[in-house]
Amino acid sequence: MDTQSSYNDKVVRQFTLVTILWGIVGMLVGIIIAAELIWPNLSMNISWLSFGRLRPLHTNAVIFAFGGSALMGTSYYVVQRTCHVRLAFDKLAAFTFWGWQAVIVLAAITLPLGITQSKEYAELEWPIDLLIAVVWVSYAIVFLTTIGRRKVKHIYVANWFYAAFIITIAVLHIFNNLAIPVTLFKSYSIYTGIVDGMMQWWYGHNAVGFFLTAGFLGMMYYFVPKQAKRPIYSYRLSVVHFWSLIAIYMWAGPHHLHYTSLPNWAQSIGMVFSIILLAPSWGGMINGIMTLTGAWHKLRTDPILKFMIVSLSFYGMSTFEGPMMAIKTVNALSHYTDWTIGHVHSGALGWVAMMTIGSLYCLIPRLYNKEGMYSTKLIDVHFWTSTIGVVLYAVSMWISGITQGLMWRAMNDDGTLTYSFIESLKFTYPYYGIRLLGGIVFFSGMLVMVYNVYMTIRQVKPQPVAVIQPA
Amino acid sequence: MDIGIVRGLITVALLVLFIGVWVWSWSRKRKTDFEASSMLPLEDDRHMPYSENNKEQTS
Repeated sequence: MDTQSSYNDKVVRQFTLVTILWGIVGMLVGIIIAAELIWPNLSMNISWLSFGRLRPLHTNAVIFAFGGSALMGTSYYVVQRTCHVRLAFDKLAAFTFWGWQAVIVLAAITLPLGITQSKEYAELEWPIDLLIAVVWVSYAIVFLTTIGRRKVKHIYVANWFYAAFIITIAVLHIFNNLAIPVTLFKSYSIYTGIVDGMMQWWYGHNAVGFFLTAGFLGMMYYFVPKQAKRPIYSYRLSVVHFWSLIAIYMWAGPHHLHYTSLPNWAQSIGMVFSIILLAPSWGGMINGIMTLTGAWHKLRTDPILKFMIVSLSFYGMSTFEGPMMAIKTVNALSHYTDWTIGHVHSGALGWVAMMTIGSLYCLIPRLYNKEGMYSTKLIDVHFWTSTIGVVLYAVSMWISGITQGLMWRAMNDDGTLTYSFIESLKFTYPYYGIRLLGGIVFFSGMLVMVYNVYMTIRQVKPQPVAVIQPA
Repeated sequence: MDIGIVRGLITVALLVLFIGVWVWSWSRKRKTDFEASSMLPLEDDRHMPYSENNKEQTS
């Protein structure tokens, strides 16, 4: 049955199910470290349970395990459906799945043990980095070859976004992780000083721009039209959106290094490009939301569309907040405070996770030959837990972060600091409690999803789906 | 050439490129292509082998 005339949905199903698994794991670790910030003794002096070890585990799990699996799975689905062709190289595609899972397991072992390069979002040591490079290049070969074999003339815009994400992440990963290995578990970056800092945030901000934005925009450009049952609002705008987004994102990295030893002109370039970035970001958001023109009534009955539209709203909000925070004078207040953490989570939970969850609810029935999910009611429950969870998280971090920034820089007339650090710490406690609550509420929705997905796919033997023949 | 002139020329070139992308994507020639492309995500649902007995499970 599984032949060239059918789609390779097996690898998509695998990625889809592990996306939910890693989402649960990554968010649970997030809850644990949020609790540790309130009750530091929670780690019980066990080194691998300490905040410093678990925090990179949390970020790697949610970005690369949850987000990465979601992107790889949906991109394999989208590229086959929009190119009218089976995914290239079955065995290599299977390797990208198992290879990526191996990377995730190795990360889950090495990070709690404290084996790290100390580069944020690039903590994994050199042997794992090599494995990532091999898996990622294989992923690029599978995806781009499938596009090359397409039976339709045009490459659908979602594939442009996915392709930009795949190619850019390969370049970023390889260059930021160039290092000299000393032992199996220890290496030193080839970059030093501020060059190291600039490389790191060229990588770091483009991980946001291409992993957490371009990739998920690919998802958006396929699944929003799919779920709304109408084409994207403006295909022309999507073309301009694509080229301006990828051209501008590349230069925004220096805003992570305001008021450091990075030359001032480089900081200013980062700031200016970050502000310009508002335009393509909102172009994409408007394009997604306006797809519902004439079909707004669907929001009343379809919680999957609600996930997508609220996700786009959070995208719009955090891509307004981001450029604002990149302005040097605002950054002087916001940097190193909880405001940054709130900003990241309104993007990561509000935009990335909610778009992923909506797309998965749209995708899973199609992968298991079902008409819809087991329960629409439970999707609605999940929608509200997610929304309330993100709002609690973002609002508590705004209050906590802005107050931290104000307290840290408050000065008396004689030039001494008005507040000691411990006073600002004391202020944040109740807001850390609200943040923890927001995380737990968001997490509880994921458990509802597990039940709903289990009830949908149990006892189903998925049948291969035939490739569309040219009309 | 003075570095300032080089920078200015690069800026002009990028601006022209940007406007060029707008002109290209809004040109009438692209219209039919783009309309056909924008329908790609909506095509395959007609071909889904939905089984009828699953219908009552979706509430």
